[in-house]
Amino acid sequence: MSRPMTLAEKIIARAAGRASVTPGEVVTTKIDLAMIHDSGGPRRVEPILKRLGVGLFDTKKVVLISDHYVPGDTEEGAAILALTRAWAQEKGVSFYDGEGICHVVLPERGHLKPGMLVVGGDSHSPTGGAFGAYMFGVGATEMAGVLATGEIWLKVPETIRIEWSGTLGPRLMAKDMILAMCGRLGMDGGRYQAIEYAGETVRALEMQERMTMSNMAAELGAQAGLIAPDETTMRWLAEHGATDLPDAADWQSDEGATVAETHRFDASTLEPQVAAPHSPANSAGIGDYEPTGIDVAYIGACTGAKYVDLKAAADIISGHTLAKGVELLVAPSSKRDQERAERDGIMKVLEDAGAKVLPNACGICAGYGSARLGEDVTCISTTARNFKGRMGAKSSKVYLGSPYTVAASAITGRIADPREFGGAA
Amino acid sequence: MNRAFVFGNDIDTDALAPGQYMGGGIEVLAQHCLEAVDPDFASSVKPGDVIVAGRNFGMGSSREQAAQALKHLGVAGIVARSFAGIFQRNAINLGLPVLVGGDEIAGIEAGDAVELDVRNSRLTTASGAVELEPLPDFLIEMIANGGLVPHLEKRFARERMNRGEQQ
Ligand code: SF4
Repeated sequence: MSRPMTLAEKIIARAAGRASVTPGEVVTTKIDLAMIHDSGGPRRVEPILKRLGVGLFDTKKVVLISDHYVPGDTEEGAAILALTRAWAQEKGVSFYDGEGICHVVLPERGHLKPGMLVVGGDSHSPTGGAFGAYMFGVGATEMAGVLATGEIWLKVPETIRIEWSGTLGPRLMAKDMILAMCGRLGMDGGRYQAIEYAGETVRALEMQERMTMSNMAAELGAQAGLIAPDETTMRWLAEHGATDLPDAADWQSDEGATVAETHRFDASTLEPQVAAPHSPANSAGIGDYEPTGIDVAYIGACTGAKYVDLKAAADIISGHTLAKGVELLVAPSSKRDQERAERDGIMKVLEDAGAKVLPNACGICAGYGSARLGEDVTCISTTARNFKGRMGAKSSKVYLGSPYTVAASAITGRIADPREFGGAA
Repeated sequence: MNRAFVFGNDIDTDALAPGQYMGGGIEVLAQHCLEAVDPDFASSVKPGDVIVAGRNFGMGSSREQAAQALKHLGVAGIVARSFAGIFQRNAINLGLPVLVGGDEIAGIEAGDAVELDVRNSRLTTASGAVELEPLPDFLIEMIANGGLVPHLEKRFARERMNRGEQQ
């Protein structure tokens, strides 16, 4: 039998047409799928493709999603969306327009499967790792190269194993887990290698929760954030229209495969985590925070407004109203998730409490449109990163927390422990 | 000689390419490059100057304007203790040299005279040369060609020629 390999190595070896690969070696791999969005996509790649005088390597392997400039409420945003739409039509690629945020829409429409090697024109592309796909982000020039050639070079990563044991307490979510990892390992803890999340706590998470964890492998500085597929994965994929599914058993790290580091975390002692401005690595347990007043509570982004997140927020908010002077903004990650939340009465709970519902798009998280945080505004947000000036004025301050924590803060007017609101679901 | 501009750890892509100026052209964006950390940076940096930084330079989004803004300002290259992966790839793809250095680079101060030699992975300072981690040959080649696009242009031209010869 050949040398035991990690999941990352297996996927890369397959895509490179090799029996095995070794961390550190540089290989050229074939791409199974390329995802682009309106910001880094057509407007940036098309001039390069023209210059090279070539078309797309395979129109069936390219998915375009508009999200960053949706709803196009600035002149510039509207122009970018118009260009995006025209390009989609001309090229005949799969196109989801205003249907939600790319990282959520891509798997939701059955495009991802275990064992695939996928590039995305966005830094949170590691989200695909939740489905056992080796997915990572590239910039627009590199994406143009991928679209032209169907290939990319990779330095085979080491695997960093992060193992979680124990059961999460009430009002705790994947967001708390990943913030705890950011707090302990730091923003370059992943060293641009492949993280593999494992252990009973991870196995117990539903898919949208796993997506949050893989998504923020970006905040750990990893290239990819994999979770080996299991029954939960395969069931979810089948339900979401993925076809020709592989055998999950083929896409697991082998017993005895070499990992560079193993980090262990205990879910049973975890308390809700909050990251102080201006870095996700400034995460600490909520008990460490002095009373901090907030102006805006934001439930949005690929990593914080999926169905599971909206439901968590509504669980807390149900029967309460917003604290005086606090604005609650909700930008559901996808149209489908919003519709499901509407059917289940979740959106009504949020709206009745006074939430303002924003389009299914990146919104304030990208900081590109007209909606931005004003001077000196303090915000608590379910988004993935809180860098200075990202969501608005440089004087604004953004704290990160789970949807439970953000919702609890919205009704108390200060950063609040969601466990104060009993009756966990 | 050119000068060193020194930055700490975790310089992020929002600092390099602030979101609110992303819609403007690269000229506009470059004028705001790093202003959140050093308001005078864009107005004082000169072509050939080198950025010397701590760990995880370029962390954050995949927006390659972060590297493009520096290239637009004429920065000769970046020497850091470590880079965020996507930024590092983007910079190379745009022909902007990015090299990893060890403890010695911590001794370099803002305004020091420096010269970056990419091919020999060396940073020359007034007090001697600092050896940097070498890049693989094919990446040095790509940078020398001016980045991924000119590199691919060559490749496609070659492929077209080969096909032409067979016909
Ligand atoms: S929601 Fe935020 S983190 Fe997610 S893709 Fe959009 S801009 Fe990026």
